[in-house]
Amino acid sequence: MTTKLFGEPVRRREDARLIIGKGRYLDDIGAGALAAAFVRSPHAHARITDVDVEAALDVEGLVAIYTYEDLTGPMAEPLPVLIPHPQLHAPRTGYALANGMVNHVGEPVVMVVATDRYLAEDAAERIVVTYEELPVVVGVDAAREARAVVHEDIPDNVAARHHQETGDVEPTLAASPHTLSFTQYIERSACMPLEGKGVHARWDPDDASLRVHSSTQASTSVRAAIAAKLELSLDRVEVVAPDVGGGFGVKIVHPWPEELLVPMAAIRLGHEVKWAEDRREHFISSAHERQQRQEITVGYDDDGRITALDVHVWHDNGAYTPYGIIVPIVTATQLVGPYALPVYRVVVESVYTNTVIVTPYRGAGRPQGCYAMERTMDRVADALGLDRAEVRRRNLITPDQFPYDHHLTFQDGRPVIYDSGDYPGLLDKLVALVGWDEAAALRADAQARGKLLGVGMALYVEGTGPGPYEGGHVQVLGSGKVLVSTGLTSQGQGHETVFAQIVASELGVSMDDVEVHTGDTRRFGYAVGTFASRAAVMSGNAVALAARGVREKAIRIAAEVLEANPEDLEIDEGLVQVKGTPGASIPLRTVAVLSNPLRYAFDEAAKQATQFAGPGDDSKPPVAPGDAPGLEHRDYYSPIRSTFASGAHAAVVEIDPQTWEIDVVRYAVVHDCGNVVNPMIVEGQVHGGVAQGVGGALYERMAYDADGQLQNASFMDFLMPYASEVPDVVIDHQETPSPLNPLGIKGAGEAGVIPGTAAIASAIEDATGRRIASMPISPTELYDLMRDETAERTAASQQTSLQTGVPA
Amino acid sequence: MTSVDTPRIDSERTVRVTVNGVPREATVPVRRVLADALRDDLGLTGTHVGCAHGVCGSCTVLVDGDPVRSCLVLAVQVDGAEVTTVEGLAREDHQGGQVLHPVQEAFRECHALQCGFCTPGFLVTIAAGLEARDRSAEITEEEVDELVGGNLCRCTGYANIKKAVRHAAATMREDAS
Repeated sequence: MTTKLFGEPVRRREDARLIIGKGRYLDDIGAGALAAAFVRSPHAHARITDVDVEAALDVEGLVAIYTYEDLTGPMAEPLPVLIPHPQLHAPRTGYALANGMVNHVGEPVVMVVATDRYLAEDAAERIVVTYEELPVVVGVDAAREARAVVHEDIPDNVAARHHQETGDVEPTLAASPHTLSFTQYIERSACMPLEGKGVHARWDPDDASLRVHSSTQASTSVRAAIAAKLELSLDRVEVVAPDVGGGFGVKIVHPWPEELLVPMAAIRLGHEVKWAEDRREHFISSAHERQQRQEITVGYDDDGRITALDVHVWHDNGAYTPYGIIVPIVTATQLVGPYALPVYRVVVESVYTNTVIVTPYRGAGRPQGCYAMERTMDRVADALGLDRAEVRRRNLITPDQFPYDHHLTFQDGRPVIYDSGDYPGLLDKLVALVGWDEAAALRADAQARGKLLGVGMALYVEGTGPGPYEGGHVQVLGSGKVLVSTGLTSQGQGHETVFAQIVASELGVSMDDVEVHTGDTRRFGYAVGTFASRAAVMSGNAVALAARGVREKAIRIAAEVLEANPEDLEIDEGLVQVKGTPGASIPLRTVAVLSNPLRYAFDEAAKQATQFAGPGDDSKPPVAPGDAPGLEHRDYYSPIRSTFASGAHAAVVEIDPQTWEIDVVRYAVVHDCGNVVNPMIVEGQVHGGVAQGVGGALYERMAYDADGQLQNASFMDFLMPYASEVPDVVIDHQETPSPLNPLGIKGAGEAGVIPGTAAIASAIEDATGRRIASMPISPTELYDLMRDETAERTAASQQTSLQTGVPA
Repeated sequence: MTSVDTPRIDSERTVRVTVNGVPREATVPVRRVLADALRDDLGLTGTHVGCAHGVCGSCTVLVDGDPVRSCLVLAVQVDGAEVTTVEGLAREDHQGGQVLHPVQEAFRECHALQCGFCTPGFLVTIAAGLEARDRSAEITEEEVDELVGGNLCRCTGYANIKKAVRHAAATMREDAS
């Protein structure tokens, strides 16, 4: 086969429309739609005593106002707990519109529909909601103290207690030569796609059908939720994800209140309705992630080999748990990383606070797990006076140990069994790439320039491509065009390109002939969604299997026509041909026409096909039993369990001892996601992830005050990295194919963000000699830490004459 | 509530503006921001609103050649001006086909976009910056940083955007020589 596109840095086909302003994002749809706006709670915890809409009624352009009283049937019930779990003993969800109570600032209370957004907001600001304020819970520590409660029937604020253990921790710790215990924190950030959420709905009264566009990561599930909540038959609802301006997790949650309310209004009003989230709404009503308190005890021997690890995580899940306890389970199970831990116990207590819900943000609990494990490695190394890379090396799972069973249960309910990997290989490459062994020289050079320099590293293993399934459909038309569809959605990952590469390679056609559609329930009804680094693994393999089905059928039909043995046929550049016999061939497009015994001669393709059509066997039906007309195939890929990608990052930071500004001057990534479909796209994913990792380590923090008011709900105050904050990234690759799927690939979407906080914390600690136990860290906080005489110093800093610019 | 005599914020004005070389006219409420007028009144949806408070730069357009955040400018303020949006960066060739601006070509070549939402703001800003500089001079890293430094992107980590700026500058330098 000469059509080999798998593995090539093919340029993206979606770019052609996006660079000329012809993308079609949610707010580009529905020019004639009515506009929705929301009255949202200004209080973090309050009882609603009155909603007075009187003053809004004379606003010109007002069409409708909806409160909880206007919701009926399933719409009046709480929003679903999407992913129940036996250990989520006290799940709570909000309502599409608040039902008497609000539990965080930003919770929707009233929906206004008007002829345009300006007028809808005019009306919204005239609606007077009266609240009786209640005590507020902000942060994990306040939640666990439970002096105030979020939900009055949950006195300890605990939603879930998740517990896993692989052996008897206490006796093992007691028998360990050394133990150490510490507590550390990690704060909230958020996905912050440049495009917020948005929904457009159009009801067709003649057809009694609803078409919804949503800026979502899961169009098939949004469809099912709308059908259930609005009591429509599934076949009357279609949901399409148009071009989506970034997701990173926040758009996997569904149904968002607006995804139900906008269609409801469209049906009731008999008119298109649209809502496009503004940035402040996104900050205060979409999801956040990452806040945890981690209490860790580790046992280890004189060589730094870990004997037992005991972790207690307090996880802030915000006001509600619509997405279950996926994030803390991921933390609990991915924390172990690339290490062989003889005994591991983890307890997660997931607690309610009067803040925005916490659901997956790129990494989905993994950055926190990596932070726990990697900072433990740093502590062990420091306590023993050993090199941090060496301590890690001594604890790594070795290549001969695969498949490696951690005896844990992953978020998908399947065992955590690592399928393949080479972790010592990653570490060797990282040490070389970042110049780990030259750190002393770098430090001396920085000191000569009046700067403090430190290096840090962090390793991770990431479960990717969880099931249960994705599907693919491939159809060859008589024109030669190859239509590919899969149900999961795209938010910039280049699926149109990557899936076209896979199908073109599998089928033996030009990529130019392949057209890919994603996230459209009209084309593919069964799908799970784009999250957990699963699109390439799941849909990539599904479309490959579908393409193989088409190929098999094409060869069967062509073999009859060419009177050849199927094994002697190949497909190359869209031609089915006898290997080694030029001229004995038939175009794939002609096979497509032949595959349908009904051939009205509409076009040249049909006419050409007739020359190949045999007389037919009068004793058999034109379509054989078990066969189907058309050259198409639908197939599903359903893995037995996740495939585990891995990587290692290192950061070099320079700190100015006058301003305490922290500058990441070098950032190295070694990355292993198995076989790579498109290295250009994988590197792009890594770059983007690293930028978010740096942001999460140094700049981004959701600053709630004690009243539950988000103090930095704008891009002026919430500091997302500009180009000036993102270091140059050097990348090295390792490819350890997955034995679990036909293409041998592993997911790559989240990897870049996972080790950032851990690696940068380690580097700052190395530079300053002060224990870093709370991230992110700002220059101000570092300044305060350096001046705090009670702040813990690393053993390494006491053994060397580390100059920190601050009196000891 | 007392009545107020000042003009209502939803009173309307007719704005005449040349957009991407074409004279356009729209009657808009005086409070309508330029981004909304371009998108909703003129149907040019390539300009995107990412924050609506002037920080992210997704909505950047050129007003009389200078980059402007169209979420912070009222449509009535550009009466009589020339506005260029992302839709106006490409030129028509002699056969009526489309010739992309070098920075558009460079973005595709260098994988400088992922979701593409912020891309129009970058393209317009960088195109204006590259047009304004001496094309025959090799671009410096300081210039690259300056051209990409004011816009937010959440997908790419900026490395490939910077690469695209260098690529476009090199192309324009070749074309100039």
